[in-house]
Amino acid sequence: MDIFLQQLANGLTIGSMYALVALGYTMVYGVMRLINFAHGDMVAASAFVGLTIYTQVMGESASLGAVVLIFLLSAGSMAVVGIILERVAYRPLREAPRLSAVVSALGASLVIQNGIMLIWGPRMRIFPELVPQVYWDLGGVVISLIQVIILLLSLVLMITLYLFVEKTRMGAAIRASSIDQDAARLMGINVNSVIALIFIIGSSLGAIGGLFIGLYYRGITFNMGWQYGLYAFIAAIIGGIGNIPGAMLGGMLLGLFNAFIAGYVSSTWSDAFTFILLILILIVRPTGILGERVAEKV
Amino acid sequence: MSNDVLFEIKDLEVSYGSITALKGISLKVHKGEIVTILGANGAGKTTTMRTISQLLKAKSGSIMFKGQDLTKIAAHKIVKLGISHSPEGRRVFGILTVEENLMLGAFSQRKLDREVRSWVYELFPRLKERRKQLAGTLSGGEQQMLAIGRALMSKPEMLLLDEPSLGIAPILVKAIFKQIKEIAQSGVTVLLVEQNAKAALKLADRGYVLDVGKIALSGTSEELLASEKIQEAYLGKKH
Ligand SMILES: Nc1ncnc2c1ncn2[C@@H]1O[C@H](COP(=O)(O)OP(=O)(O)OP(=O)(O)O)[C@@H](O)[C@H]1O
Ligand SMILES: [Mg+2]
Repeated sequence: MDIFLQQLANGLTIGSMYALVALGYTMVYGVMRLINFAHGDMVAASAFVGLTIYTQVMGESASLGAVVLIFLLSAGSMAVVGIILERVAYRPLREAPRLSAVVSALGASLVIQNGIMLIWGPRMRIFPELVPQVYWDLGGVVISLIQVIILLLSLVLMITLYLFVEKTRMGAAIRASSIDQDAARLMGINVNSVIALIFIIGSSLGAIGGLFIGLYYRGITFNMGWQYGLYAFIAAIIGGIGNIPGAMLGGMLLGLFNAFIAGYVSSTWSDAFTFILLILILIVRPTGILGERVAEKV
Repeated sequence: MSNDVLFEIKDLEVSYGSITALKGISLKVHKGEIVTILGANGAGKTTTMRTISQLLKAKSGSIMFKGQDLTKIAAHKIVKLGISHSPEGRRVFGILTVEENLMLGAFSQRKLDREVRSWVYELFPRLKERRKQLAGTLSGGEQQMLAIGRALMSKPEMLLLDEPSLGIAPILVKAIFKQIKEIAQSGVTVLLVEQNAKAALKLADRGYVLDVGKIALSGTSEELLASEKIQEAYLGKKH
């Protein structure tokens, strides 16, 4: 029972991070039918940017104000990178064949990854301790303050995003654009602005995911975007790519699944089991768990 | 019908890569008129409509609406100027409800006008009955009503209708055409693309016949109905 509850807590934490990152993949896919392979690398870049802001700008202060600023500045810088990425790598290829955009996405991924390596070096860096090491022992189950913060903040962000998309005018524009771009234009929706907005939201959420990864795992490497990006991408597919609640659900499920595999089997098998899970889900539901909406879209 | 020209296309050329779909067409619509564009498959009717809405960019020529050249304007700004387009194949937002589709129709208005929505529901009571239903689950005819209703939500001065009879049961076509008449009588100018020449000419004041990217014939509906070419090509005589 202890293992179960412990892995439940760990799984929800990891799942929140996957979910935040998965949202970036799914939102971009929803509107553009494009897998932004560079998204994972932006997640990684965010952790390094956070590190540098901490050491260079905040003078290694981890006061609440400083931490909030680190989050805002990292998310802001990734939002800017996201906008530039869309302009430079994707917009010129909107009318081009699918494969060109895929190649461009892979290229962008390598550019960002190599950029991180050039700036911060190839070796693992240690992410600062922005949150005090506080632990609670709840009868055998240990939960850290970091876990609580990651889970709560992720939930707040996801609920806010959900309400934004479902209840606001801009949200309606996003939904319409992801169903039919031309029909959306006929309604007076500026699809280019919607796409820019998608990149801003997706990149900032991914950036926060990157900072959480740094906080939780501590060691950050220039190429970690591929690993976490891949898991988040799988989470998006499990939930039904293009579907926003799907990405949240897929992230949480995959996080829990990984934690339970690590708890009951072995963490070395985590990758293999993840792919088996993915394949099983795709056999049963080819469009992902909440994916029928996407299937109708096309 | 007054004589002010509300809308005028001049020497419009549009191409898809090396294929020229419109080879310099010109046409006029006066305020309050119903004008129809007829033509066989591939004549260029949809191309014309999409170019008016700027979903396609013209190669040359002008499209004037109330003193502005639409070819210089971005697609999403057209509806704000007073032109609303119900596209070929309806293109309703299938995974959204009827009501959400109508709200999106009013996107350019910033504020939803409940009176316009009530009017749309009056024109098409089916939509009101089904307002919580997903648009994708409506019948073809109902989707067409929704596409027209959605276009009306922006309170257009001119309504573009691309083949509202496409793939719809004859009885529903009749009902929809009756409501198009009603819409026109309320003061909305209508540009109607149709393959169903007979029904369109019964409704319209004037018409143009497109033939592989060129205007082959134009005139009042009576003239066109009486024309031999039309009789042969579209009204099933001598077929
Ligand atoms: N996306 C496209 N790419 C290339 N050619 C196109 C494209 N869309 C249309 N065309 C061509 O342009 C010409 C005019 O097509 P358009 O769709 O305007 O015809 P239409 O009169 O609306 O026909 P229909 O009654 O079948 O709807 C056709 O020859 C068509 O093949
Ligand atoms: Mg057509």
